[in-house]
Amino acid sequence: MDKNNQATHLKKEILIKTIKAFLSDDFGENTRLIPFEMRPKGSEVPYRCCIYKEREILRNRIIATLGFPIEGCDERILLSNYAKWAQERQKPDEHTLTVLESACKGCVPNRIFVTDLCQGCVARPCIENCKFGAISIVNGKSQIDSSKCKNCTKCIQVCPYHAIVKIVVPCENACPVDAISKDEQGHARIDFDKCITCGKCVSACPFGAIHEKSQIIDILTKIKEQKKVVALIAPSIAGQLPCNIYQLKTALLKCGFYDVLEVAQGADITATNEAKEFAQRMNEGQKFMTTSCCAGYNNLVDKHLNEIAPFRSETKTPMYYIAQICKEKYPDAVSVFISPCVAKKSEALNNPNVDYVMNYEELGALFVAHRIELSELEETQFDVDSSREGRNFGITGGVAKSVVAADKGNAEINAHLVNGINKESIRALKGFAKKGECEFGNLIEVMCCEGGCVGGNDCLNTVRTATKAITDFTKDSKPLE
Amino acid sequence: MNKVTLKICMGTTCFVMGASDLQELTDIIPEKYGDKVEVVASTCLDFCSSNTESQAPYVMVDYDVISKATVEKVIDAIDRKLKNGQK
Ligand code: SF4
Ligand code: SF4
Ligand code: FES
Repeated sequence: MDKNNQATHLKKEILIKTIKAFLSDDFGENTRLIPFEMRPKGSEVPYRCCIYKEREILRNRIIATLGFPIEGCDERILLSNYAKWAQERQKPDEHTLTVLESACKGCVPNRIFVTDLCQGCVARPCIENCKFGAISIVNGKSQIDSSKCKNCTKCIQVCPYHAIVKIVVPCENACPVDAISKDEQGHARIDFDKCITCGKCVSACPFGAIHEKSQIIDILTKIKEQKKVVALIAPSIAGQLPCNIYQLKTALLKCGFYDVLEVAQGADITATNEAKEFAQRMNEGQKFMTTSCCAGYNNLVDKHLNEIAPFRSETKTPMYYIAQICKEKYPDAVSVFISPCVAKKSEALNNPNVDYVMNYEELGALFVAHRIELSELEETQFDVDSSREGRNFGITGGVAKSVVAADKGNAEINAHLVNGINKESIRALKGFAKKGECEFGNLIEVMCCEGGCVGGNDCLNTVRTATKAITDFTKDSKPLE
Repeated sequence: MNKVTLKICMGTTCFVMGASDLQELTDIIPEKYGDKVEVVASTCLDFCSSNTESQAPYVMVDYDVISKATVEKVIDAIDRKLKNGQK
């Protein structure tokens, strides 16, 4: 689904309103009023059956924006209470995603369905071609017995009237590891033992029913308490807002951040270490190595693809190195990773050096709430300038290129890009692990999102323009040493 | 013949609320309308000032304001303008 749709628009609107409420003099009360402000008495009801349901759904979305799970939340509790608790919370919630039951329409289950277009023709190729005997004629039209149907789609291909369709549940269909499915009530549920936090379901649901639990209030609270809150900006940010990263630094300082570090600086270390590790592994006779910087991919390996673990680089991620640098520089810092995707939230939960994660949508909302006009800001330089390669980490192929640059022609690197994790690429990766070899290359770069981090579920810009913006910007950056 | 001027807001609010897709217009418009329509990217057009970010992104077709702008809406507005012979 297109990135700029009504569902994401609504989520961002709520983010902006919640942050504005926080910045106002009565956070609790102004948060409680958001659903009424967005759907005032007598206003039209754009999406649901009535204004009360609209407001209730907005209320639920705000609960997720305040960082709480929606599952099992209590209708009797006022939003002002949630707002208060959000400020008192010491640690972000464990799982990063939550499903809004009241918004989840409970799409009809995945199945093959015969529409009214069926003419009950004489040839009946559908019956003829169904290997499972699932189709019969009822009242002169075909009907599918779902208990026998194996979803092979053969009947769809043979019907001369195109009368048979495949109905998909968008979230289930998007999930590469079958972690989301319907419960008895027909609402989507995420199985967190299987979920790799890729965020694909978040982008896929047309009802915007899958929410990230935001940590924005935790972060704003720390800033308000005058802690040293340090922003670590991921390389893909360079193409996400109408400003360059130097203006972005100014903007973050204006919002009360103490300092801003480029994650690309950490990416430079990742590339250098990974190049060394690659050479060593090849010397030891291994046939290929995969990268290890994508959080979604790392979750995939840990939960579903153990067989490829011996081939995955042991090198740490750019987030790991930059967070370490940050805590060495400012031991009392509260570090905030600024991220293109929800997967990095799961990585941060396991890294004691990263205290919070703020995604690009939340970052954009923060600037809107503060009324910061990005393009008009002065530039602020970074203490350490990162390399072109490190700054290109967020584009598909960028990590492999960095490793090649760091290797300086020492080992013979032949890169193969896995541009997006889906059922097909998972199958391919399994194959490489089984054979112990990959016919397409010896360095496999794996990125969970298509296009790389610029395709992350929380990005604001389109992949194409973001990629171009980053390439233009990094042209003049220094090469990796 | 006067030109139609298209102003795409690339201010913070409009960009965050979805103007990124509208950047495509800088390619689409010249292809479709030649020099009949001029496209300019603008900083904040000041429509977002008071609690109206919900209606962003904004685009101006001459003096008409399009709120919650999409590529389709904008093209529609241009077509209407050109057809009505206003230009
Ligand atoms: S796509 Fe999934 S989460 Fe969204 S409404 Fe359908 S079943 Fe619910
Ligand atoms: S985040 Fe990814 S892995 Fe988890 S349920 Fe959604 S689509 Fe599946
Ligand atoms: S940012 Fe577009 S009108 Fe202000």
